[in-house]
Amino acid sequence: MNINIDVNHNENITEVTVGGEIDVYTAPELKKELIPLSEKDNVEMIVDLSGVSYMDSTGLGVFVGLFKNVRAHDGQFKIIGLSSRLKRLFEITGLADIIDISTKMEGEKK
Amino acid sequence: MDFRQKLESKYREILTNYLADRSEQALYQGQKLSRNAIERNIPPEEIVSIHRNIMAEMFPEKFNDKMQESFDILLEVMVAYGFAYREHQNLKHIQQELRTEMEIAANVQKTLLGTEVPCKKGMDIGAISVPAKHMNGDYFNFVEDENNSVSIAIADVIGKGLPAALCMSMIKYAMDSLPENRKTPTLVLENLNRVVEQNVDLTMFITMFYGTYHIDDHIFSYASAGHEPGLFYHAETQTFSELPAKGLLLGIEKNTKYRKYEKEVMPGDMIILMSDGVTESRTKEGFIEREELLALIEKNIHLKAQNIVQNVYKELEKLQDFQLRDDFTLIILRRNVLS
Repeated sequence: MNINIDVNHNENITEVTVGGEIDVYTAPELKKELIPLSEKDNVEMIVDLSGVSYMDSTGLGVFVGLFKNVRAHDGQFKIIGLSSRLKRLFEITGLADIIDISTKMEGEKK
Repeated sequence: MDFRQKLESKYREILTNYLADRSEQALYQGQKLSRNAIERNIPPEEIVSIHRNIMAEMFPEKFNDKMQESFDILLEVMVAYGFAYREHQNLKHIQQELRTEMEIAANVQKTLLGTEVPCKKGMDIGAISVPAKHMNGDYFNFVEDENNSVSIAIADVIGKGLPAALCMSMIKYAMDSLPENRKTPTLVLENLNRVVEQNVDLTMFITMFYGTYHIDDHIFSYASAGHEPGLFYHAETQTFSELPAKGLLLGIEKNTKYRKYEKEVMPGDMIILMSDGVTESRTKEGFIEREELLALIEKNIHLKAQNIVQNVYKELEKLQDFQLRDDFTLIILRRNVLS
C-alpha cells in the first residue's frame, strides 16, 4: 500500500507524476497534495499515471475533483500514461469524453 | 479492607516471598496482581509508591534516605505512563461506542434501503449484495410497475463506509419521490444526476444502471451513468456478450443527457448486472478476468438465478481469501424458458 506523488512546476504548467496504488487508503494523500494545486486561476495541469499499478473508484474520485476544480478556474487538465485497465475505467464512466486522456507518452512504463 | 489496602498487603506478601526464595511462583503472582490492578484502574505510579513504602518498612537500615528519594524520580517518570494508559482505556471505550453506533447505522441502512426481489410469473430473478465493511456503498432496488414491468436500479457510490451509505440514502429517496411517469431509465438518471450534482462533495460521484423489463413484450430498456457494463447471456447460442451502454457518471455535469438502449430477451436469456466489486476482485495472481467470471456463471447456469449469484459470490470470495476489497453486488434476471 504505497503511493509516490511528484510535483513539478514548469513555467505555467503543473506536472504531476503519480506512482504506486491509488485506493481508499492512499487517495486522501493524493487529494491533500493535488486539490490545492487545482485551485489556482488558469492552471494547466498534466497528470502522468503511467506508474500507477492499481486504481479504484476512490482514486477516480480524486481526478474528477481535480478536473472540476481546474475547469472552474478556467484552467486545463490532462491525464497521460493510462494503462489499458485504467483507460477502461475512464471509458466506462464516460469521463474519457470530458477529460483529455492520452494513452501515449514518452518512456511509458509497462 | 478496600482494594488499595488489599493490594498493598498482597504486594507485601509477594515481595516477601520473592525476597525469601526468588521463586517463579512469586513472579507469577506478581503478574496476576498487575492484571487485577489494571482492571481496577490503579495507575503505575501507585504501585511504585507501594513498593517504596514496603521496602522502607522492611529494611529501615538498608533502604536509606537516598534510596527512598531516588524513587521520587521513578514515580515522576511513571506518571506519564499512567496518563498514557488511562488515555488508551478511554479510547478503547470510545471505539466500542463507535462500533456499536456503526452496527446500529448498518441496521438502519438495511431497513431504509431494503428491497424485495420480485416474484414475477415468467421470470427468475436473483440478487446478492455484500458490503466490504459495515456499510454498503452498493445499492440495488427493484420496483414493480403497474404496467406489468419490473425496474431495477443498481448503483455504486465511490468511497466506502459511512459517507457512501449516507449518499445512497439520498439517492434512494430522490428516486422514490419521482412521479410514476418520469420513471423511464433515461429520465431517472437525468433527474438523479441533478440531485447528486447539487448535493455531493467534489470528489464524490455515483455510478448507476437503471433498467426496466417489460414482461408483456420481453423488451429490456435501460440506460447507464458510468456503471460497470452488464452482461447478456444468449440461451440459443449459449454465449455471453456485453450489454452496451454509455453515459457519464452522476454528479459531474448538470445537464447530462442519457441514451436509452433496448434489448429483446428470448426464452432462457439472462441479464447480468454487477458492481465493480465483482470485476475488481483481486487474487494473489492479479485481477479476476472477465473470462473467469463468465466461466463461474456458466458452471452454475443450470441453477435458479438466486443460486447462481450466491455460488459465484462464494467462489470469488474464496479466490480473494475471504477478504472483500470492495462492496460486491451481482444481479441476474432470466426469462424463463416456458413463458
